[in-house]
This record gives sequence, C-alpha cells and structure tokens, in this order.
Amino acid sequence: MPHALIKYGLSRSYPGHRHFNSRKELKDHYDVVIIGGGGHGAAIAYYLSKYHGVKNVVILEKGYLGGGNTARNTAVIRANYLTEEGVCFYRDSLKLFRGLSNEFGYNIMWENRGQLTLAHTDAAIRSFRWRAEVNKHLGVRSEVIGLDEIRELVPMLNMSEHARFPILAGLWHADGGTARHDAVVWGYAKGACERGVELHQLTTVTGLDIESGRVKAVNTNRGKIQCGCVVQAVAGNSSVVGRMAGIHLPIHTFPLQAMVTQPYKPVLGPLVSSPQYHVYVQQTSRGEFVIGGGSDPYPLYNTRSTLEMKESLAAAAMEVLPFLGQMRLLRQWAGITDMTPDYSPIMGLSPLENYYLDAGWGTWGFKATPICGVTMAELIATQRVPDLIKPFSLDRFYQFRQINEAGATAASH
Amino acid sequence: MSVEERLPAPAGLLLDRSKKISFRFQDKQYEAWQGDSIASALAASGQWILSRSFKYHRPRGILSMAGQDANALVQLPSDPNTLADVTPVSDQLAVVAQNFKGSLEHDKHAWIGRFSRFMPAGFYYKAFFRPKGVWEKIWAPIIRSRAGLGVVDTNYTSGYFDKQYAFTDVAVIGAGPAGLSAALAAANGGASVLLVDENRLLGGSLTYARLAGAADAAARHREQLVSAVGAHANITVMCESMCNGWFTDNWLAVIKGSRLYKVRAKEVIVCSGSMEQPAIFRNNDLPGIMLGSAAQRLIKWYAVRPGRQAVVLTGNSHGYGVALDLLDAGVRVAAVVDMRAEPTADALSRAIADRGVRIITGSAIYEAVPDASKNHVVAVEVRGISARGRCADHGERIPCDLVCMSPGYTPAYQLICHAGGRVAYDDATSMFTLEGLPQHMHMAGSVTGMYVHESVCAEGRYAGRAALQSLGLSTEDIEPAPVRGLSDRVNFDWPIFAHPAGKEFVDFDEDLQIHDIIVSTLDGYEDIQLVKRYTTVGMGPSQGRHSALATARIVADATGRTVAETGVTTARPPFAPERIAHNAGRSFYPERHSAMHHRHLEAGAQMLIAGAWLRPAFYGEKGQRDQCMAREALNVRQNVGLVDVSTLGGIEVRGPDAAELLQRIYTFRFAKQAVGRCRYAVMANEQGVVIDDGVACRLHEQLYYVTATTGGVDRVYQSMLRWNAQWRLNVDIANVTSTWCGVNIAGPKSREVLRRLCTDVDLSSQAFPYMGVQEGHVAEIPARIMRVGFVGELGYEIHVPQHYGEYLWDRLMEVGVEYGIQPFGIEAQRLLRLEKGHIIIGQDTDAMSFPAEVNLDWAVAKEKPFFVGNRAIQEVNTRGLTRKLAGFVIEDANAPCPQESHLVLDGDRMTGRVTSCYVSPTLGKTIGMAFVAPEQAQPGSTVTIKSTNGRLVEAKIVKLPFYDPDNKRQEM
Ligand SMILES: Cc1cc2nc3c(=O)[nH]c(=O)nc-3n(C[C@H](O)[C@H](O)[C@H](O)COP(=O)(O)OP(=O)(O)OC[C@H]3O[C@@H](n4cnc5c(N)ncnc54)[C@H](O)[C@@H]3O)c2cc1C
Repeated sequence: MPHALIKYGLSRSYPGHRHFNSRKELKDHYDVVIIGGGGHGAAIAYYLSKYHGVKNVVILEKGYLGGGNTARNTAVIRANYLTEEGVCFYRDSLKLFRGLSNEFGYNIMWENRGQLTLAHTDAAIRSFRWRAEVNKHLGVRSEVIGLDEIRELVPMLNMSEHARFPILAGLWHADGGTARHDAVVWGYAKGACERGVELHQLTTVTGLDIESGRVKAVNTNRGKIQCGCVVQAVAGNSSVVGRMAGIHLPIHTFPLQAMVTQPYKPVLGPLVSSPQYHVYVQQTSRGEFVIGGGSDPYPLYNTRSTLEMKESLAAAAMEVLPFLGQMRLLRQWAGITDMTPDYSPIMGLSPLENYYLDAGWGTWGFKATPICGVTMAELIATQRVPDLIKPFSLDRFYQFRQINEAGATAASH
Repeated sequence: MSVEERLPAPAGLLLDRSKKISFRFQDKQYEAWQGDSIASALAASGQWILSRSFKYHRPRGILSMAGQDANALVQLPSDPNTLADVTPVSDQLAVVAQNFKGSLEHDKHAWIGRFSRFMPAGFYYKAFFRPKGVWEKIWAPIIRSRAGLGVVDTNYTSGYFDKQYAFTDVAVIGAGPAGLSAALAAANGGASVLLVDENRLLGGSLTYARLAGAADAAARHREQLVSAVGAHANITVMCESMCNGWFTDNWLAVIKGSRLYKVRAKEVIVCSGSMEQPAIFRNNDLPGIMLGSAAQRLIKWYAVRPGRQAVVLTGNSHGYGVALDLLDAGVRVAAVVDMRAEPTADALSRAIADRGVRIITGSAIYEAVPDASKNHVVAVEVRGISARGRCADHGERIPCDLVCMSPGYTPAYQLICHAGGRVAYDDATSMFTLEGLPQHMHMAGSVTGMYVHESVCAEGRYAGRAALQSLGLSTEDIEPAPVRGLSDRVNFDWPIFAHPAGKEFVDFDEDLQIHDIIVSTLDGYEDIQLVKRYTTVGMGPSQGRHSALATARIVADATGRTVAETGVTTARPPFAPERIAHNAGRSFYPERHSAMHHRHLEAGAQMLIAGAWLRPAFYGEKGQRDQCMAREALNVRQNVGLVDVSTLGGIEVRGPDAAELLQRIYTFRFAKQAVGRCRYAVMANEQGVVIDDGVACRLHEQLYYVTATTGGVDRVYQSMLRWNAQWRLNVDIANVTSTWCGVNIAGPKSREVLRRLCTDVDLSSQAFPYMGVQEGHVAEIPARIMRVGFVGELGYEIHVPQHYGEYLWDRLMEVGVEYGIQPFGIEAQRLLRLEKGHIIIGQDTDAMSFPAEVNLDWAVAKEKPFFVGNRAIQEVNTRGLTRKLAGFVIEDANAPCPQESHLVLDGDRMTGRVTSCYVSPTLGKTIGMAFVAPEQAQPGSTVTIKSTNGRLVEAKIVKLPFYDPDNKRQEM
C-alpha cells in the first residue's frame, strides 16, 4: 500500500486540500492572461509560474477545466512523425511525459505501450520506412516490422492474406504510449494554482481591446481585465478567438469523433492504427477499448456525433481486429479540431506585439501539451522564440516553409 | 424453488411453461422455462449473486430486472458483459459470473473492500508514482490486470449482422400506456406509425406495475390499448427493438436481432418512461436488495417469488403497490418503511393498511445487514429520519431476505438529450425535468414526470395529435396537454443516508460511495463533469442511469448550489451498450477489377492493391518477384510487352472553354495544342506542390481526354469541378474512368503487332509520331490510340470501351505470339520507367514537392497569366531550391541495394532520401532516384546513403535518364 494512501485512510477527517482555487472575483490586472483552460493553457501557466517566476497569471476557461479537446482526446502519445522539425518537437514532449507524474506529485498514469501502425499497401511500407529512418536518425525508436513480429505484438489482428486490405508490414514505435488525459491537465493546473496562478472556470473571453498593435484589455462575460500579455490556447476555437485579435489563421475546423466500449479484461497492449481503414484502437487501463479515426468530412462547429461515423469506425475496426465485434459500445462523442494546411501547429509570435499563438493543434495536440507548455512559457517570459518552435511560426505559410505531417497524422493523431 | 414451484398464472407473462430447458451457471446445472431470462431462472433457484463488482469485488445481484444496471453483467461464451436480467436463457447455455478470483461465493479479492478508506476518489492520481519508475514497473501492471469486467474471446469472429433503412411519418419510442396512446392518436389521424419497444411485450409499466383498484387493473388497461394497436393498419410494431440513438434530423438507430435499422422519421414521440432509482444507505448493494419494480418484474414476467420476507422502502405510493404485489405472491411483508413523514393516504396505502402490514413513516433504512458469508441481506436497520439525510441514533432491526426500494425515478432522458434537449431539476417535485426539445420531437408519459394512468394516456394522445399537426395531417385544435398533479409526485427529495462506516453506494458500476463524491468536491473538482471524470461516477456500463440523480444532489449539497445549477453530465449515444458488430453490419469494402482481371489471374499474376483496384504486380510465383520483373522488363526492351492500364483515370473535358480549363488547372500550355496531339499534364495545388500527372489528348477542338493517376483521379475530378464552380467556364467535365479500359503495348515490335489488328489508322512514324493521338479501330473495336511511352520504348496506349477489354487483350496476345509478346506487371513497369528517368507521383514526390525539385520545371508554362499554384511556384523558384531529385547509380557491386526511403546524408545531416531504386537488368547495376541537397545534385558527385542496418553506401549522381538519353527508341 503506497504511503500516500495510508494518510487518507488513517485520518479521521479528510486530509485532502483543494487542487485548484475556488471561485472568486477576477482581479483588475494580470501580467499574463491565458485564454483556454485545456492542457495547453494549464501547462503554459505551470511552466511560467514554476520556472520563470511569473505568477500573476490567470487562466480563463469558458467551461470547466480541461473540458475541451483535452477531455475528448484519445491520448495517443507518440513521436514517430516525418519531418525533422516535427520529430524533434514531439520527441522532446514524450520525454517530458515520462517524468510528469514525479514532476507534479500527481500520477498521470503514463504507460509506454508502444504503437503499431499497419501498412496495407506497398506505398504505405515506403512511407513507413521513411518515417522509421528519420525517427531513428533523430533518436526516436521506430522500426518497419514484418508479419511475424506483428503477430507476436498483437495476435488478434486479422492477418489473413484474403482480407480486403491484407496487412503487409507495420511501423512499430516502441516509444509510443498513453496517459490519463484528464490527469495531465489537472496536474498542470494544480501545480500552477499552488504557485499562485488563478484558474477561472465558466469565464468566457468575448473580445479584446486592441490599441496600436497591442492588446490593452481582455473582455469576459465577467467583466474587463487589463493585461501585460495574452496567449490563446483554445484548440477548436482558434480561428474564433484569433479573429478577436484581428488575426486570420489558415485553419479549417472539423469535428473529430471517437467512441469507447464497456470495460473488459486487458488483452491489447500496444496502440494499433490502420491508416488504410482510417481507424485506431487501444485498450485503456480501465479495460475499455477506445476507437477513433479520421475527421468528419465537412467543416462544422458542433460536437454532435453521427451514426455514419460510428458505422464506419465499427466496420473498419472489425476489418483489422475482428474480435472487437463482440464488444459493446458505451459512448460516442466529438471534439472540434482546427486543422492547418500542413498538419502542424502554429506556435509563437503573432502580428500583435503582446499576443501569442498556441493554435492549430488539429487532431494531434494532446501529445504536445508538455513541450508546448515549456516552450511557450519560455517565449512569454523571455521574449525569445525557442529554437524548437521557430519552424512552427505563423509566417511559415507566407514563406512557403510548411512542415507537412499529413501522411504521419492520418488516422493516428 | 424448482420450475414447477413458480407462481401460478397470470404471473409469468413471458414464460412458456410447456418447454423446460436447462442451462449452466458457473459449474452447476439449472432448470428454466422457455422465456426465462438468465437472472430470473437463477433467482427462481435461489441463486442471487450474478457477478462481482468492479473495484471491491462485492457480490452483486438483481437490481432493476430491466437491463439498466451493471450488476447483472455475466459472461456467455464469446459474449462478455451480457445483461443476465434481460437476456433470455436458451437450452444448454453456459453462463459464468464475472470479476471474481477463486469462487463466486468466496472471492479472494473481496478483501479490497475493507481497504476502501485508503482508496478515496481519485486515489490513483495521488499515489503509485514514487519512487520514479515504480508506476510503470509495478503498479500499472497490477492495476491494469484488475481492470475490466468480462473476458473477451480473442478468436471471435462475428456471425451475420446487417442493416435496413426504414421510413415513417411518426416514430413512437416506448410502448407503455403513453406510447400506445400516442401511436393510436397519430395513426387515427392518418399517419404511418412505427412503434418501437425494447421489451418482448407491449405495455411498458402496465406489464408489471400495480395500479390502484383491482389487482388486474393494469392488465385490463393494457389489453385494451394493445389490441387497438394490434388492429390498426397504420401502426407497425417493433418489439425487442432498442432505439439506441437519435441523430440529426430524426435519424434513429434501432437495433433488433442482428439488424441495425436506420429509421428516418418525420416526427418522433419519445415515450421512453422513467427509471426507478435505488435509495442510498449502507450495504444498499447486497443481493436481495432491489428496486420495487424489479421485484414486480420478477413476479409478473417470470412468476418468481423474489423472497420470503420483505421490507419495502418507499417515498411514494408505488412502494405500496409493490407491497401489495408481494403479498399477492405469497411474500411476507415485514414492513413498509415510508420516508415521508406524513404520507398522503391513497387507495394503495389504504389497501396495505387493510391487509395488516406494518407501515413505518418518517423512517429510512439506515443500514442493511448481510449474512455471515456477506452474500445476501438478512436484516435491515430501520431508523427515524431526524433531518434531511440524517437518521436517529437508534433504530430497529427487521429481519428480511428481500428489500424493495421505491424512492423515486429519473426520466429516461437519453434520446431527448441526444437531440439537444436539456435536463433541468424541479425543486418542488425533486425530479429531473426536460426542456428545449427540438422541432419534430415530442414526449409523453413518465419521461415528462407524469405517473397517473389517465393523464399518462391523455398526454400520449396529446403528443400524437401534436405530431399530426406538425405533419400537416390535422388542423383541429387539440385539447390542452394534461398537467402534473399531486399524485404524480413520486420522488422523495433526499433518499441518501450517509453512514460512518460508508459502503452506501451511489454508483454500483464503479463502487462509489457518498464520501467519494464529496471528496471530489473537497479536492476542487466541483463541476459535475469534473466530478464524473475524477471519481468515474456514471462512466461505467450503466452510464449513470442509477447514479446521476443522487450525484447531482450530493454535489449540489457539497458545493452550495442547487441541483438545477449542478446538472447532469451529457448523455451521448448509444442509449444502451450496443455491439460493434451491429454497427459494422456486413463488411463493405468493394474491389475494383479491370475488364482484363481474369486474364491476369489465368496468367498467374500476383495482384497488388492500388486504391480500390487490384493490379497485376508481376506474373509468376510469389517468391519470384525479382526474376519475373527482370524477365518481363527485358522482353519489353527486346520484343513487345502488354500491360493493363485500365485503372488510370480518364476525364473528358468538353466545350468551348475546354482548352482554357486545362490551361488553368494544369501547369503546362494547352491553348495552342493541336488536335491529334497529346501533352504531358502536371497538376499542382495552391501551394505549388505537384499532386498529379497525366496526358491531355486533344481529340477535337472542344474535346480533351485527360488521363490521371490511378489513385489521384477522383481528387483531380473533384478539384476540376470545384475550381470550375468558381470560374464558370463553358465546359462539361466527366469522370469516364470506368467507361474506358486500356492497355499499353510497348517494345520495339509493338507497331508490328498493332498493325495486324488496326487497319484504319496509319501507324507509320510520320503519320503517327510520338505524342500523337488517333481514333480508329483495333480488332474492330472503336479505340483511342495514344503514342505515349512511360517505359521508354516504341509504344501505344489503346483505350477502348471497357466491356471490350478482355477481347482486346485476347486478340493482342494472340497476334503477338509470333513477336514474343508477354504481359508485364506494375513492378516491371516501375523498373522500366525508372530506367527512363520518369517519376511516379506519390513515390518520387511527396507532400511538399515543387515542380523544379522533381525536374518538371519544363512542364510549367511560366508565361501563362494564371494556373493553380502559379504564384507559389514563382515564389519558390525565386527563393531557390532546398533539394533536388537526382538519379544515382551504385558502382560497388557488393554494396547492398538501398531500399526506397533510405536516407541520404551529408555528414550527420539528413539531406534527402531514396525514392526509387532497382537493380536494372538492362543496365546491369543498381540505379535509383533520390532527393539530395541542391549542391549534391551535380552529376558526378557522390552522396552517402544510410542503407539497411545503418550501413553507409556511396552512390554516384548521374544525369537522367539512365536509358536511351536520346529518345531514339520511343520515337522510332
Ligand atoms: C476525438 C479526439 C481525439 C483526439 N486524439 C488525440 C490523440 O490521440 N493524441 C493527441 O495528441 N491529440 C489528440 N486529439 C487532439 C487534442 O485533443 C487537442 O489537440 C489538444 O487537446 C488541444 O489542447 P488544448 O489544451 O489546446 O485544447 P482544449 O483542451 O480544447 O482547451 C481549450 C480550451 O479553451 C476554451 N475556450 C475556447 N474559447 C474560449 C473563450 N473564448 N474563452 C475562454 N475559454 C475558451 C475551451 O473551452 C477549452 O477548454 C484528439 C482530439 C479529439 C477531438
């Protein structure tokens, strides 16, 4: 029995203390206003307060803490991207994930399960090999593997050569894993609040007062606040909030759905994904199977779920893992994702002097939460753009320097 | 109780007492009547424990008898997490319990419950991670191995599941008195009605509940309604059908048997009823403690006596009905414990008093007492309620083996919430209420909080008429909707009694006690969504059906808000857990075959997948790829080969602006292209990236036939349509890919072969030069003949209407025999084109390839005022290239042949990658193409390739093409 729990069991009154500040009035001024209380917003606040001594920070969240995409995402954490910029960035994020529980004193339940992506065509094998080569060169464990190794990792896969799209090879990413998504945002918010950051839930940013290229004040449903600087970390609402700052972001917004089954005894270790069938599957530590796939076909700001997506995810999942047919679905949901043309995020400076962007996270931004927090906090505190995120600036779209991760993102997130 | 000892009819509505069956549970044999559910048959034999709980491994038994709780989850072969209370038992079925270690009666993991105080809500966030590394090595595997309920069959393959569409004016969900009345009203007005109910019998609560008056009052009402519905021509009834989700525009998912019905309804009337809730007191989860309605279902549906001596805990008049039913079934009722201080007397309570049953008012069950084995209830401690949620210090112990709970209900609001309806809370009645229904959705019955039979039926009729009005089938004024009265008050406001020793379960699925919910608010997780996520309340298999109301009350109380402010978490589809196989239906991943497909198979081809198509990779044994490829390629170089190119996309652009459209869509010039000529066409996107290529053939002044890549044609076609929606050029664009099929006949002898079959076209080099296109006949078939050459030899691409494909193939192969004709596959074609230095889009290009990088700048008409990608390409060109596609050879005969995608290095820096690489049988060495840094691209320079296992291989950059640089062979 871990020591931490004995304390709870033996004390007569509950020895816990609040992880986040209780509801209170907004102050008139904050040095840093973070719009969006998802994982990203909380992480930025955490690193600002812990490593840069910036404590007069507020997180404004229109709903509840982490209730946006952080709550809805399927927590695939991996670094097997394609471009040098992408691989280095996500690689460093993965490193942070491994130490996060101890950094927080709060268990985020990181599990290094490994991720298996399936190739059903020779074109896919070619692109997997490319990723594997780039990954290995940059210190990320990825390997193109054959059928025997695949069978050993996930014996339940449909390995029949008569499958409609037979499995030909796999991309095995030994570093990949997953963590409890909620715990990540809670751990960051808890650490930030302990250091004086204020978290205000049910607080919506409704507009920005801008004067000569600077944000002067932030308007909310609870009144106006003055600010030193502002960072937007609002995932699916990036274009909407960006527009308040007069910034047009190259983003199209689509719903992304996922679904989950009842809990079953653990049988599936690795995260499995099949770009050909547009589906990925993993079993959570609670025993549920989480199934996700590609975005909805049409741009939309609505988190309704559709029968069509459920049918196609179910069909695809069963092509790859036929044994899933017996399982029962409990829930289906959607999040709103902001997609950039090159499937890479937009981070860093904006056309406004004291306004920072943390946007364009599409379907893949959970895994970037720690490194994005570290680098964005450094940028805000030092006014210098860290090398790691320089390539992801907004102006890459004007410079023809896109960082194309389309192929490495499809159906794996 | 053996099957013969069941209660006499009319109890046992669902039983067929002419058929006795037998089944196994754990390692014992049990008897049942046909029609029994697993749980009813077990209960009849005195087996009350069905499975063990998720976290503390507590014994669990029947709770709802309605398929609404996770207590009843058992394991069938290849079917884990099956609801024992609603799944019919079949002969020789083998059932086992879930989630226990050792035996079901003595679970070796049951000790965990004693340590529950060490495991407050969110405990796993607070521990298990120190020292570093211990989580992954020790705790995660332990916790993971404890997770989950049923055991899946990893070899399972599903049987037959399919789908059907259905359409109706009105869909009525739920066939209780409200649904039956609504269906009749709508049908009487001329609407077609689909009436859906999950149960085997129509009638909803009338099949088990007790109405005031005669014992058979409910049955008589039911009989009337059901026979009227059965006789109505406009009503289609679907029983044993679960309406599991509402999707946009009244698109309903209904599951029946092995079929998913997708129903489009003009109007939906939700009469889904309400779900009885448990009361919350210590040990409220012991087997023998169940909802009042569960006991009634056991009696009325299955003729099972639910116990010998009962205590009924109630907060409404329904509990008295339960007590009456128990008495009638021969159960002794030790007491009715009414939580209300001064209950209003009504017919049911008076009947109970008349039958001499003790009624204890203003009191609650403070704690249930288990037997020595802790497997069943043997008594309850009844105490007076001293304040809300508080009991007096002393009470009375009443022995019993059955406790029935009737503290109130929660509306079955799920479908309404899927449709955007909101859950509110009415403090006056302590009930959830629903508001904000979308258009074309109505509701009636206890889902609206209506419980008195007459008003339930009236509300059903009202909803039916409202639907008629909305359909335009009725313009009559409708009588006003009935309003809820005092007798509809069924919820006791606070049936929650904390105990210092805990184990008062709020959520049975997740073993959550009152304290767990409060802890979450103390830790700062106050929003109901955060409470759910932190404690996992409502996340289990029953999705909070029995915990949402209590949780909302407890959280409201702990955070000083109203229940309405606190709210509930979002209900999402499906309503009830549904099989993945139901959603998948029949596997539908169609394959496209070219017209010559069978000839390839007959010739022994190994097929490869290209999008939806299958194409011949090579002809020969599976393991013989390299030999076959070399043989096929050499035959093309020396004699003549035939390859199926039917999968190539074909698009016809027709009209006065046809040339203009191509001029704008593709990078090259087309305006002045002569009729009868072909031209290479490269397509870029707005970022200037090469995304497709093909050949544009000008057949007439106003008709282009443009080919596109196999995988790219749909996108090309879409993008032409999309652009032209903006440009509004006077053209007609048609994707004719499946109208035409084609072959490429290539090799020095191809002209001679073709001559034998084509007499109306002059094939001489002068009359039909390279890049010419002609229309004529080949083997009497009308054909489009293009003189193009991907493989670098004299060759013709012959396109014919697709149904002639096999005939064309046969004739060419037949007359070609004496010239040595052989079919060749995609592999040989890829090799041949590499020798000739042609790129394949998608293989030698990637998502960021600009034309100049892949040596296609010659195919970009820089002087054109506009084409898609124009601006970007110009910009990129003025900035200078960052990489270039170059040809290379490997001179060292002992070096391993690099694989496609191996990296090109400059020191430690990645400068590019190999895109194509083969050992060329024609040239006798390894050749390839690779992206390299611009400064590495000069012919003669060497680059390093990081080959298999990291081995570094030197490659020499050479000028492209490798083969026939003067184009003598393709232009002969
Ligand atoms: C179904 C699904 C599956 C996914 N799977 C993965 C995966 O497996 N791996 C992965 O890495 N990524 C995945 N993602 C993507 C990932 O969830 C997101 O990229 C990531 O969570 C973004 O983090 P965030 O903190 O920026 O966003 P969020 O958690 O969405 O936080 C943004 C917050 O801003 C708030 N907000 C918005 N507007 C305002 C305003 N005007 N005022 C105040 N607050 C506002 C929102 O309420 C929200 O809470 C998935 C996404 C979805 C939808």
